[in-house]
Amino acid sequence: MKIPSSLRMSPEMAPYVLLSPFVLLFLVFGVFPLLFSLYLAFQSWEPTSGLEAMKFVGLDNFAFALQDDWFWKSLKNTGWLAIVSGVPQHLVAIPLAYFIHSSFQVLRNVVVGAYFMPYITSTVAIAILFSSLFSTDYGLINVGLQMMSYVPVLGWLMPQNPVDWLNDPEHIKPAISMIVFWRYVGFNVVLYLAALQTIPKDIYEAATMDGAGRLQQFWFITLPNLKPMIFFGVTLSVIGGLQLFEEPFILTGGRGGSDQAGMTTAIYLYRMAFDFNDFGAASAMSWLLFIVVALLTWVTNCLFRPRGTSV
Amino acid sequence: MRCWLFHSWQILVVLSLTGIALNKAQAQQIPTQPHQTLTVAAYPAVDEIVKSALPLWNHLHPDVEVKVVSRQFTDHHTAMTTALSTSFYLPDVMALEVGYVGRFAQGGGLEDLSLEPYGIKSFQSHYVTYAFQQATNHKGAVVAAPSDIGPGTLLYRTDLLVKSGVSEADLTQSWDSYVAAGVKIKAATGAYLMAHARDMKDIVIRTGIKPGDGLYFDSQSNVLVTSPRFVRAFELARRVRQQKLDAKVLAWSNEWSEGFKRGTIATQMSGAWLSGHMNNWLAPSTRGLWRASQLPEHSFAAFGGTFFAIPKGVPAAHKQLAWQFIQLMTLNREVQLGAFKAQDAFPALIETYDDPFFEQPIEFLGEQKARVVWREAATHITAIAVHKQDSFADEVINTELDKVLDRGKDITIALADAQRLLKQRAYR
Repeated sequence: MKIPSSLRMSPEMAPYVLLSPFVLLFLVFGVFPLLFSLYLAFQSWEPTSGLEAMKFVGLDNFAFALQDDWFWKSLKNTGWLAIVSGVPQHLVAIPLAYFIHSSFQVLRNVVVGAYFMPYITSTVAIAILFSSLFSTDYGLINVGLQMMSYVPVLGWLMPQNPVDWLNDPEHIKPAISMIVFWRYVGFNVVLYLAALQTIPKDIYEAATMDGAGRLQQFWFITLPNLKPMIFFGVTLSVIGGLQLFEEPFILTGGRGGSDQAGMTTAIYLYRMAFDFNDFGAASAMSWLLFIVVALLTWVTNCLFRPRGTSV
Repeated sequence: MRCWLFHSWQILVVLSLTGIALNKAQAQQIPTQPHQTLTVAAYPAVDEIVKSALPLWNHLHPDVEVKVVSRQFTDHHTAMTTALSTSFYLPDVMALEVGYVGRFAQGGGLEDLSLEPYGIKSFQSHYVTYAFQQATNHKGAVVAAPSDIGPGTLLYRTDLLVKSGVSEADLTQSWDSYVAAGVKIKAATGAYLMAHARDMKDIVIRTGIKPGDGLYFDSQSNVLVTSPRFVRAFELARRVRQQKLDAKVLAWSNEWSEGFKRGTIATQMSGAWLSGHMNNWLAPSTRGLWRASQLPEHSFAAFGGTFFAIPKGVPAAHKQLAWQFIQLMTLNREVQLGAFKAQDAFPALIETYDDPFFEQPIEFLGEQKARVVWREAATHITAIAVHKQDSFADEVINTELDKVLDRGKDITIALADAQRLLKQRAYR
């Protein structure tokens, strides 16, 4: 049946109409909250009094955030977690990708799939499961550590008493880092594997003929060619690490842990808004966090950007 | 083109005829449909309490239907915060837990029930005094009506006490005797006196508050955390930890409920409602082994409590109905006692206190008539003024206490640090 002309879309209008669903959703759920939060950062607002109760206070919220002990504490926590969970991800993913690339043919997809699985699993489900694994008296991780303490040489390194992972401020950070590392190492393996496949095999053959060993080939051929992907991966890790929220939130029951050891900046600004009812300061902190992320991304750009390419 | 137009007319005609027919059928099936709907937002188990009052409501107001919107505890309060901030999806009546009443009372989002046409002050003597005070903000506005309360009580394992040669009087005479009893219990049975030293700190800081002062801040937002009650609380908590009398488990954790099931925690200070939870799911196998008493050293504290409030943004026609609903829930003896019997919701309505139900023995507590104990406690509790930064102050004090207990930090320095942190934001 021929579509009547009144229902036809003209070629000029077609792109706009077809893009409109995404654009609309993006405007409502992406742009509006961003602008509202920017507006809110300059207001003092008691939320339950309604929207009319907003009072303009200029840079007061920013000043408060910058002299708030807990804000700096949360930045320190976030930095620690980002580095300790981020760096091993790449240090392990690159050799692992190289190993998978060179050793597995038939089983390659299965192995890569196994490593990638944590990335596609729900963060909340993972964190809930890990909090029971990390339980002091009944968790499997402490049971495992205890069994390992009977092994002759390794046993000396193992802790004597069950480790209080979730309540001890010294141990909550490593616990969170372990989960974040486990979750993202597979994602980075996939990235590096893709990059490795772009390196032509002839270079390796030429190097082998010139007498270069496996290690030398890895250091002088593979790594330099991986530089663009390292730049991409590290940028993602920096941004993701600084915005860490779900894993520490679930593991510490939404509060940031004893002595706020597991409280990242994202968790702190969430608590400022919903637990301490200070939306203005929370918004100011989120924009300060944005400045930190932008700054560090720029630094990463300067350090890792492949020379001779445009940003 | 003409063909399409003609077909569309046909479709329109058929649809409208169907619509009219359906309407008529509906109207004939239910001749007297309610012409007003009242929305009540609540959380478990308050939603059950509301639903069980509906038959009585429908008898009194057959033309007003009540819709109960129930969400989980935290989600409900977040939804209420959002609704109040944006004036969208406001319920006509909202149930609030005491912690949130304080917060919402600071803002202007809830109706002042002391004004006309509500006039709740004429009913003030019907409510438990401290609950009514909890709903009154510093400007004198009464923002909610109390429905149930949580009188604080000391639940203890009588079998462990007997084994250690400790009596209830030893436990409750003073905080020092409480700690001394804990030493005996630990020596004789190996059980911890309490779940966490924090529990004791929470009660001790609530004693000796000057009238008009809050827990952490006074009415002028001066910080009070270096006052003697904090020092005493910290010293007692440190003593408990040094003598290894607390199990270092936090309330509602797996280890906490295991502690009850295995009998490694000898006492717990909490709201009277905890015995109901213990009976239902926490530790039903320990039935008959627990008893309830007042808190040590004549302390009285409240743990929780439910209130009903009317948001300001509700249309005027519904406000009067909402007030009548609240009166039914909070001032009707039958409804209050029904909630008590079915859901363990301790009534805030004083005139229910002469009911024979209070004298009935409670099986979980070894046939003890514990409700009499709790009724007594309810009359002695004093309300504490609320400050906007109370939940933040709670965290700061708990953090400093952890440092004192776990890392041996000096108490004076710890409280001074807390003072400094709280001073930074006392006026926000």
